Amino acid sequence: MKYFWIPPLFILLFFLAGCASQSGAANPSSDNAGTIENKGSDTIVNLALAWAEEYQNVNPDIRISVTGGGSGTGIAALINGTVDIANASRQIKAEEIEAAQANGGDPVEFVIARDAIAVIVHLDNPVNELTLQQISDIYSGKINNWLEVGGDDRPIVRLSRETNSGTHVYFLEEVLRLGDKENKTLFSQNTLLLPSSEGISAEIRHNPNAIGYDGLGYVTHEMKVIAVARETDTGYILPSAETVNNGKYPIARDLYMYTNGEPTGVVKTYLDWILSAEAQPIVTDLGFVPMLP
Amino acid sequence: MDNTLNWREKIITRFIKVSGYSAIIFVGLIFYFLLREGLPTLREVRFESLFATRWYPIEEYFGILPLIGGSLIVTIGATLIAVPFGIGTAVYISEIAPRWMREILKPLVEVLGGLPSVVLGFLGILVLSPYLRVLLNLPTGLTALAGSLLLGGIAIPTVVSVAEDALDAVPRSYRDAALALGATEWQTIWRVTLPAARSGVLTAVMLGVGRAIGETMTVMMVTGNAPVMPTGLGALFAPARTMTATIAAEMGEVANGSVHYHVLFFIGIVLFMISLIVNVTASAVVFRQRKRQERILS
Repeated sequence: MKYFWIPPLFILLFFLAGCASQSGAANPSSDNAGTIENKGSDTIVNLALAWAEEYQNVNPDIRISVTGGGSGTGIAALINGTVDIANASRQIKAEEIEAAQANGGDPVEFVIARDAIAVIVHLDNPVNELTLQQISDIYSGKINNWLEVGGDDRPIVRLSRETNSGTHVYFLEEVLRLGDKENKTLFSQNTLLLPSSEGISAEIRHNPNAIGYDGLGYVTHEMKVIAVARETDTGYILPSAETVNNGKYPIARDLYMYTNGEPTGVVKTYLDWILSAEAQPIVTDLGFVPMLP
Repeated sequence: MDNTLNWREKIITRFIKVSGYSAIIFVGLIFYFLLREGLPTLREVRFESLFATRWYPIEEYFGILPLIGGSLIVTIGATLIAVPFGIGTAVYISEIAPRWMREILKPLVEVLGGLPSVVLGFLGILVLSPYLRVLLNLPTGLTALAGSLLLGGIAIPTVVSVAEDALDAVPRSYRDAALALGATEWQTIWRVTLPAARSGVLTAVMLGVGRAIGETMTVMMVTGNAPVMPTGLGALFAPARTMTATIAAEMGEVANGSVHYHVLFFIGIVLFMISLIVNVTASAVVFRQRKRQERILS
């Protein structure tokens, strides 16, 4: 009975040892240590990976680790100080800036590319064009049959990304609510919320009843892209680099990277490189729209 | 010499004791954590809006009824599939199949049980749901039914292996006696062997139900995740959103300590309670039967 305290003591020591070795290596390196932590939006993750790979080819002594998880996840990590750069497909929210400031930080914004949201349907669907108002009515549940927008007599199955996706929030504000802050329209309750872009594209490929939306970079030839008009008389526009940059295609947004405070050292060099003529062509390869003219 | 042995003995006994108690401590801590993070919900969200039928958390709609309904309908569907098939397979393996068949079937069922649920989910998206849509002429194949079918498949190995063990434990003499009295093979199975193994078979069913209600990845991929309130049997052929899928899909993005965060933990408490009720009911039934059996045997 005398030695009952020994095993727990060992366990305790074990945990303490773990703590000690951790505390030294915490803070992310924003100085010249040569590693950059980059996390956030799933929309941007492929682009960020392509940039990181290319940059590491040119500068082999820099290590960049890129992870997804969603815009909110990336910004939360930036606030907690565990990443150097957060990727976001939406602008940072006021309460996130407050949280960052409460934590002694100050997020700085960089627009790194543009993205068009394509509205997609099955290849056999005869509908080619819709107005923003029609798309809004479809997703809010006012239009329930393809017949009402000039298609076959089929029920409409609405597909959307999950509510934690920056794309979902953007689509809600700019399409369902037509950019009107007072508008309180919601997604119809039977909208399918799919956890991945793959889920949406698989359903669009197989199901002639379905309508979905996703970043232009995720569109393949196995689905049909709908031409969208802001108003009935402004003409129906297909998304492309040109129609996004000249502002004709109505459902396009900026993509962001955020740093905590003005970037310095390797992070600054990396961000400057991203916005340069060397890195921006990679944006086009991945189906996004570059910032340079 | 004697002394060191004594020492070692003591350390080992202590260590085993600590591991034993740690299970209890962990369950206690998890429950405490769930309560601490989930109970503030009752203060932050009004009762009527918590038990309402709209779930859209980014606009402060926190009605959890469609999620509970979604979980129930998917689980009931899965149980209806897993119980007859699982018990049927167990009876075949333990009572009817020849030895060599048994030797092949048992490991195969266990392999089925080890399939990662993500793989099943992918099969569901690419094969099962398009097939269901065409076969039943539904608007979409991503429905509660697709979830039930896959969950049934996931629960079957659990039901089979536990039920098979229970059937195996029924003494040979019971069957011999029944056959000697002139019962057919089927009468022996249905009237003697299965009732004798009742408590084990019931445990198998409950474990299967527990496996189905807690499964996350597969249902998230194939049920469409639309938070629609199920109103009848027709809901089986419409999309549904389960509690587990909701927690998994939304927990990653939610701000720590927000109302939404607390509500997700509250859903966790509801889930915990449901599986607790299933387990307690099961063991209560088993316990009562065992007592009766003991009385008869003594």
